[in-house]
Amino acid sequence: MILPGFIVLLMMGGILAWIASQKSLVLTRWISLLTVALNFLGALVVWLRQPETSSSWLLDYSIPWIPQFGISFHLALDGLSLLMLLLTFFLGSISVLISWKEIQNRVGLYHFCLLWVLAGITGVFLAMDLFLFFFFWEVMLIPMFFLIIIWGHENSRYAAFKFFIFTQASGLLMLVAILGLYFVNGNQTGIYTFDYFQLLSANLPSDIAMWLMLGFLAAFAVKLPVVPFHTWLPDAHSQAPTAGSLILAGLLLKTGAYGLLRFVVPLFRDQAIAIAPWAMAIGVFGIIYGAILAFSQTDLKRLVAYTSVSHMGFIMLGVFSFNELATQGVVMQMITHGISTGALFILAGFIYERIHTRDITRMGGFWKSMPFLGTCGLVFAMASLGLPGLGNFVAEFLTLVGAWQATHTLTIIATLGLVAATIYSLRILQKVFYGTQAPSTVLVDLSFRERLVMIVLVVSILWLGLFPQPMLNTSQPAVKAIIEASDHSRASAYKPPTQPKLVIKRKGGSYE
Amino acid sequence: MSDLLWLIPVLPFAGSLILIVAGTRLPKPLVPVIGAGSVGLSALITLLIGIDFISQETSPVINQVLWQWIDVAGFSPAFAFHLDSLSLAFIFVITFVGFLIHVYSAEFMSDDEGYARFFAFLNLFVGSMLILVLADNLLLLYFGWEGVGLCSYLLIGFWYQEEKNGYAARKAFIITRVGDTAMAIGLFMIFKTFGNVNIMEIQNQAPNVWAMGSQEATLIALLLLGGAVGKSAQLPLQSWLPDAMAGPSPVSALIHAATMVTAGVYLIARTHVIFELAPTAQFVVGVIGAVTLLIAGFSALTQYDLKRVLAYSTISQIGYMFLALGVGAWSSAIFHFMIHAFFKALLFLAAGAVIMALHHEHDMFKMGGLRKKLPVIYWTFLIGAASLAALPLITAGFYSKDQILWLAWAGEKGNIWFFLAALVGAFITAIYTFRMVFLTFFGAEKTHVSHVPGSLINIPLIILAALSTIAGFIEVPHSFGHLQLFTDFLNPLLPATTMQPGIESTEWMIQLLAAVLSIGGALLAYYFYVMRPTLHTQIKSAVPQVHNFFQLGWRFDSLYDWVFVKPFVYLSNINKNDFVDWPYNSLVNVTGFISRMFAFTQSGILRWYLIGIVLGAILILTLGLLI
Amino acid sequence: MTAIPAEYGLVLASVLFMLGLISLLIRRNIVFMLISVEIMLNAAGLAFIVAGSRWGQADGQVMFLFILTMAAAEVSVGLALILQIYHQLKTLNSDEASKMKG
Repeated sequence: MILPGFIVLLMMGGILAWIASQKSLVLTRWISLLTVALNFLGALVVWLRQPETSSSWLLDYSIPWIPQFGISFHLALDGLSLLMLLLTFFLGSISVLISWKEIQNRVGLYHFCLLWVLAGITGVFLAMDLFLFFFFWEVMLIPMFFLIIIWGHENSRYAAFKFFIFTQASGLLMLVAILGLYFVNGNQTGIYTFDYFQLLSANLPSDIAMWLMLGFLAAFAVKLPVVPFHTWLPDAHSQAPTAGSLILAGLLLKTGAYGLLRFVVPLFRDQAIAIAPWAMAIGVFGIIYGAILAFSQTDLKRLVAYTSVSHMGFIMLGVFSFNELATQGVVMQMITHGISTGALFILAGFIYERIHTRDITRMGGFWKSMPFLGTCGLVFAMASLGLPGLGNFVAEFLTLVGAWQATHTLTIIATLGLVAATIYSLRILQKVFYGTQAPSTVLVDLSFRERLVMIVLVVSILWLGLFPQPMLNTSQPAVKAIIEASDHSRASAYKPPTQPKLVIKRKGGSYE
Repeated sequence: MSDLLWLIPVLPFAGSLILIVAGTRLPKPLVPVIGAGSVGLSALITLLIGIDFISQETSPVINQVLWQWIDVAGFSPAFAFHLDSLSLAFIFVITFVGFLIHVYSAEFMSDDEGYARFFAFLNLFVGSMLILVLADNLLLLYFGWEGVGLCSYLLIGFWYQEEKNGYAARKAFIITRVGDTAMAIGLFMIFKTFGNVNIMEIQNQAPNVWAMGSQEATLIALLLLGGAVGKSAQLPLQSWLPDAMAGPSPVSALIHAATMVTAGVYLIARTHVIFELAPTAQFVVGVIGAVTLLIAGFSALTQYDLKRVLAYSTISQIGYMFLALGVGAWSSAIFHFMIHAFFKALLFLAAGAVIMALHHEHDMFKMGGLRKKLPVIYWTFLIGAASLAALPLITAGFYSKDQILWLAWAGEKGNIWFFLAALVGAFITAIYTFRMVFLTFFGAEKTHVSHVPGSLINIPLIILAALSTIAGFIEVPHSFGHLQLFTDFLNPLLPATTMQPGIESTEWMIQLLAAVLSIGGALLAYYFYVMRPTLHTQIKSAVPQVHNFFQLGWRFDSLYDWVFVKPFVYLSNINKNDFVDWPYNSLVNVTGFISRMFAFTQSGILRWYLIGIVLGAILILTLGLLI
Repeated sequence: MTAIPAEYGLVLASVLFMLGLISLLIRRNIVFMLISVEIMLNAAGLAFIVAGSRWGQADGQVMFLFILTMAAAEVSVGLALILQIYHQLKTLNSDEASKMKG
């Protein structure tokens, strides 16, 4: 019951927070914080007492939803989803914390939207029914739209619509592909079902499979984003409120990466292999392209957004290398990029709260007045250029080592992306923290709440850089299963969770 | 004792952490105690382990695994340290010279508002550098490698409010990162070939995997060389080091002279097995060393800024080390590294003291006559300079450089061109070194001395001066005495250089030649800058282009500016608004246009609608009648 | 009594209709436009009557009664609207009442 519990708790918390805003705004904030934190604890408990199972699946929950159409409410959790959930609730708690002072109007609705976005994301990471997956895909989109348009900056209408249309249009293609898969499989086997595990063994004609895969790929490529489809991202990121940017960069982009790993690779093995050279080339192009664009931006949040484009290129490169090293690198990249880029957005938010601009040409010399902020900025700029000892290095290095097994030329170009990353990261430091401060501005360093957020983020990125192995161990069975699914013995390797029931073994009792 | 190995890098890290977290809140006297103290403790442990190490018969190897860092699909680097004679030599220099420089900084930086920050970064540097040389696998080495790069960046830009310091810092980081990228690709290839990144395993397996001169080995060696060239400021990635002098003088002494810039030498010596299997790559190392030492020497001749002379001199001296590596004189390179660390740290620290005494005046032509005013600094600087110029017999630099000269000539992989380059380099070195001495300490006093350094500055200088003299005596050439303590110490690890047969007899001739050239260079400098002080300005005005060309470091900066920086910035700026957005925006615009077109028909004027209705009715009726 | 040929009646109805239509198109005053609409309605009614007498059936007169009722309803609604428009816009010029412009 813990899996639907995650989602239901968030949804209930959202409604409760909204209702509570009639009485007290502080109460609203505390309700949201506690809800997400409770979920985080739950996920942490699952992680620490990892259930012993024979397959890569740790937990499973399934009840019929619309049985006439073969739709079930099927959630399942493996190591990959578990890490993603931990990231979701971790960044979710932080996004509540950083909104504490920033959001002052329509506080109740804001927290409702925030928690529902998180609920949608949680659902996406857990759903093992394609219809349900699509349902959650939409659930996370709509509140996000409102987060951008209501609490965003000066050009938020444009950004919100752009975000919505890009995601919705590509989501439509995915819906078509899901339905196509449903009918093709149903025609062949006589069983009409949206269930992921049953569709895994679908035997599709290769030309149809290619189109279906492209449908899925479209949705994930826009979400990731892959280069020609990335232009919604700088606008959405720069216009969203701080927590919105954090969730966009830290979590929504990861749903694209997750989709690639969970659906594109296992469902359409041969087609994915067929397009792999192209996909990797586009990914590498994105690495360089994003980095070059990041260099010339003057809007701090926009700059960080383009660094995201660059970093997400590594995910394309890694996913389509089809080996364990690269895929583990991708998983690490999802986590570490979520934290490091999220942190950069938070920093930009803190600066915005103080000087009310995101224009880096109007910043400079902040190290003197805000040494704490400067140190944190340094850590995360270094993380984004891939300094060893911080999590991003592990991710990028694993991805590149893995990609080297698949392609030499592209890996070399991707490695050059590290130089480009150095150039833009140092530019952030130079423009924001180095130099002299305009004499008129008076800045206060971070408050206790802000320091807490930053310390937690710094510690976690260091921890991921120095001790990544617990994370890698968690994702290893899932990653292996996915890789093997894309190899030859697909049916045996990536088998569904054994029914009935997986039980978490613990001393006192057990819960499902 | 050897169990304490892990403490050596951890102590500076701990010091750094304390200073970062609590730096501004600590009472000021405590800051240098933590900063220097942590490095001092490391040095003490190094000493104990070193004594333990040397006293054993067979040269031992200490391995210590702290924790498994990454373990994915056979890629399993650990946080593990490996101590052998090579890394011992390096950690000895890092901790001891590092400690002396920390002590020096306690006084030198005492008026700076970033006192705690300075020691925090300096400690971070020492820790990273120790990781670099103690790492038992290449990924951990890369960890330290990038860590020192970060500290170099932070410390060059220590006075961050100056725009040009930030520029110099970024330049250093980005250029070395280019080299690191090559090295990273080398690591990918090594992992693919060996399925491992453990240095010892690679050492052992390489001869079995590759034949002599194998193409893959050559490629890997060249890629590793790329990393080394970036970090050690060798051609073609040397242009960052002179600008790196924007940092405080202790930083220049520690990072940009004694330790970090020699990391490239360490890397090549550490992976010498690969280079031995790739003679072409090794030859390239020698060529790079030879060319760099000359180019940097000529540039050093024309500098005004005292620290820039030393910077170019560092590039040049590392060129010597590369030359030594290129001819397979492994232990000579390491020996020169050690001696160079002593005298160059000394020179930088003394130069820092001079600059501080003259109220931040860097220009040598505005100095002069400091011999009487700053006697301690004068004498220690002179000893360092003598060692750099390799004045015969009494200086340590003579013994280390002589060995390189000799092996460039007599070694199997040496040749006449390497030898000539080294010889000319030695001559130029002597000239610019004594030019520096004469301009700074002789002649008339041009700037008033405002600050006489205290004992915390003087004591490290005296210790380093002593080391710059006596450290040479552990390695005395064949022709007088033949003592090879250092080479023997490294020998099981780094093989001895194979000589061309029957060449030993010429050794004294080479030594004599080198001695004559270095003394000659010093005398020439005396002639130019003390006896006929107007002569050099005449030469300068006679060939201004040549002078400027050398002064600007052979214009590598302008070249890179045109070839890399400007195109990148241009490309970035023209596409600032992201042309990929254009088709999407066009789509939006077209849709909007069509929408406005139709909206135009909805004019709100009733009679327009009526006309529409009438015309429509007529149209339909006409069509109805016609059909 | 000689029957008037149906064609005459129809021509008269057409002329009336065209007069109504043209005045509807060229008039700007909404009251006159309403009157023009009435004329057109009556033209249609006349056409029904003529057609009814031509075929000797009552349907045409029935239709005219309907038109009459509808015209009465329309005038009352139309006049009410016109009053409102005049209250709101202080004009009866239909070109100026173009608030529905898209």
